Amino acid sequence: MAGSNKANITPPRWLLAELSYKCPLQCPYCSNPLDYAKYPDELNTEDWKRVLSQARKMGAVQLGFSGGEPLTRQDLVELVSHARELGYYSNLITSGYGLTEQKIVDLKQAGLDHIQISIQASTQELNDHIAGTQTYQQKQEVARLIKKHGYPMVLCVVIHRANIHQMPQILEMAENLGADYLELANTQYYGWAHINRDVLLPTREQFEEAEKIAQAYKEKVAGKMKIYYVVPDYYESRPKACMNGWGTTFLTIAPDGTALPCHSARELPGLDCPNVKDYSIEQIWNESKTFNFFRGTEWMQEPCRSCDEKLKDFGGCRCQAYLFNGDMYSTDPVCSKSPERHRIDEAITSARATAMAGNEKPLVFRNSKNSRQF
Amino acid sequence: MTINPEQTLQFSPLHRLQWEEAQQKYVILYPEGMVELNQSSAEILKLCDGAHNSAQIVAELEAKFETSGLSNDIHNFLNIALQNGWIKQG
Repeated sequence: MAGSNKANITPPRWLLAELSYKCPLQCPYCSNPLDYAKYPDELNTEDWKRVLSQARKMGAVQLGFSGGEPLTRQDLVELVSHARELGYYSNLITSGYGLTEQKIVDLKQAGLDHIQISIQASTQELNDHIAGTQTYQQKQEVARLIKKHGYPMVLCVVIHRANIHQMPQILEMAENLGADYLELANTQYYGWAHINRDVLLPTREQFEEAEKIAQAYKEKVAGKMKIYYVVPDYYESRPKACMNGWGTTFLTIAPDGTALPCHSARELPGLDCPNVKDYSIEQIWNESKTFNFFRGTEWMQEPCRSCDEKLKDFGGCRCQAYLFNGDMYSTDPVCSKSPERHRIDEAITSARATAMAGNEKPLVFRNSKNSRQF
Repeated sequence: MTINPEQTLQFSPLHRLQWEEAQQKYVILYPEGMVELNQSSAEILKLCDGAHNSAQIVAELEAKFETSGLSNDIHNFLNIALQNGWIKQG
């Protein structure tokens, strides 16, 4: 165990329930693991109910039903109802595909608090290309139904080089659909996004232009629509405070019951992530090797160890450190103090060269056939 | 937008005000977020029930806590709550 300081363990506040890796969409930046096809098992309804009850008892209050596509689960309404009884604030994080008006009504009656729907672009052609499925028309319709039935709606658009030029149209679309919140999530380069990075990563000029447009729009819609802007960390000089610190706030349960401190942690070596079929949430959160691994600051190396910002960003993202440096204890290479920062700059240069060359590589879409290659 | 003392206030239907046993405090819940409240903020928000205006909230809380001079603090907080969309006016 790298770092354990049991006296200072804070309880989980956020539970992300990844109900299924099944998804009708094929987005090439999906946050599911590349080799998700290796994990076809799904917890049953009783397992999920037990997980929700145990995490709630510890203090978790925000609950995300995610996936894959959570609507593929036939027991979703039952799980939402259980969550409401326990006092969770339930968020459905969905592509909208397969979401009928009847289902929207049933989920509302069961106590669902909020629906976050993703749209891939502001035009049908690009949306359907990125999603790998014809979904644009249905998503627009579902967004209207969500508002019709009185839910708060978050519209989530993942931003990358293929759609960043649509920023003005994306903002208008969100306003027209009556979104209460617009999440402009610059792609985070792990898993599927990482293998497609040369094709997806915008140039610095593109990113700065798009950010300017989004910030100006923020003022225009103040009091009406909130805009959350997720920065692309490659263009920052300090790393993100990933997961608000390892094992402090966030708990992810993968479809097969594996408990993870973040949804990418499965890719780190030697963590031996525990499963909710074998242990209670309390045991997992407080006692497991996995959740104690990067708690506190004892595990840090230089330059993090003596850095006066180490309690601000916790050394950044462990998965990114591992992905770039092959060393999950090292400083996130986004940090300008990291001796490996040049690796991020090389990735930016490589993507830029691909953009300028014009003959772009094809995207690797997220589907079971491609997943089986990893 | 600022508070009009004559208009009734109600808690936003897009947010939820809830007691959290584990944290021993009231919180405001909204899509993917949470605000933790101190006791006085929670007392004010509980009275944003569609029946009270801000003047009545001041009167009621001053009576409840047997004190006076709360008006400024309460109005400052209500303005913040209005700007954050936690409450609605009218």
